[in-house]
Amino acid sequence: MSSRIDSMFQFHQAALNLRAARQELIASNIANADTPHYKARDIDFASALQGAMSGDGSKLQMAATSDKHLGDASGDTVMGAPVLYRNALQPSADGNTVDMDVERAQFADNALRYEASVRFISGRTKAVLAALQG
Amino acid sequence: MSLFNIFNISGSAMTAQSQRLNVVASNLANAESTTGPDGKPYHAKQVVFSTTAFDGQVGAGVRVKEIVEDTSPMKMMYDPNHPMADAKGYVALPNVNPVDEMVNMISASRSYQNNVDVMNTSKALLLKTLTIGQ
Repeated sequence: MSSRIDSMFQFHQAALNLRAARQELIASNIANADTPHYKARDIDFASALQGAMSGDGSKLQMAATSDKHLGDASGDTVMGAPVLYRNALQPSADGNTVDMDVERAQFADNALRYEASVRFISGRTKAVLAALQG
Repeated sequence: MSLFNIFNISGSAMTAQSQRLNVVASNLANAESTTGPDGKPYHAKQVVFSTTAFDGQVGAGVRVKEIVEDTSPMKMMYDPNHPMADAKGYVALPNVNPVDEMVNMISASRSYQNNVDVMNTSKALLLKTLTIGQ
């Protein structure tokens, strides 16, 4: 059973966790910008957050009756959301699909939204404290 | 926690890029070395990057898998008076291409800077997270 205060923070907590996970993925893309055959990866944030909020991050999966059946994209998951490969606009000759402009932009965007979530949580904390102290 | 993992990821990338810069420095320094400890002229070297996974995290780091020698032919210079000249009067100079090396150097330094930025952003986010509730 989740208390009322719990449910006040639940959404932003899930969002913050997902933002941190996404930040890690983008950092790994930037780190591997010069690695041959590396494919840039990311998560679909909106659907990942929806999955996290609906309780079960794992959507209905197709039954795999053989080892040779393909799984979700790269097979990795972040909080139940599948990690997907980015569609490269200009893949390099060495098979690397990291586009530094895209990654830097996404990194800055994600960092800002992370900070926004932090502020929302701080605001909620202040609201709760104000209610408690009168 | 994901944000702490970024330090591992960016750190590994910085190590790899500085190793690449090291190799570039060695190539440029030895661009005129007609003989080495084995009596042969210096061969240009290149690093090979590879993705490396950390236990229990989705993001991947980088490591230098190997350092390979450039197999392109040596530059032959006609100088019969040179002590290393062969029977026909040609001296074998290292197959270092200064233009390639300079490009490599700039690329390595930019990638290094990118990873420093990523690390700084993550640090700022972590510090912001610590202020929740204050």
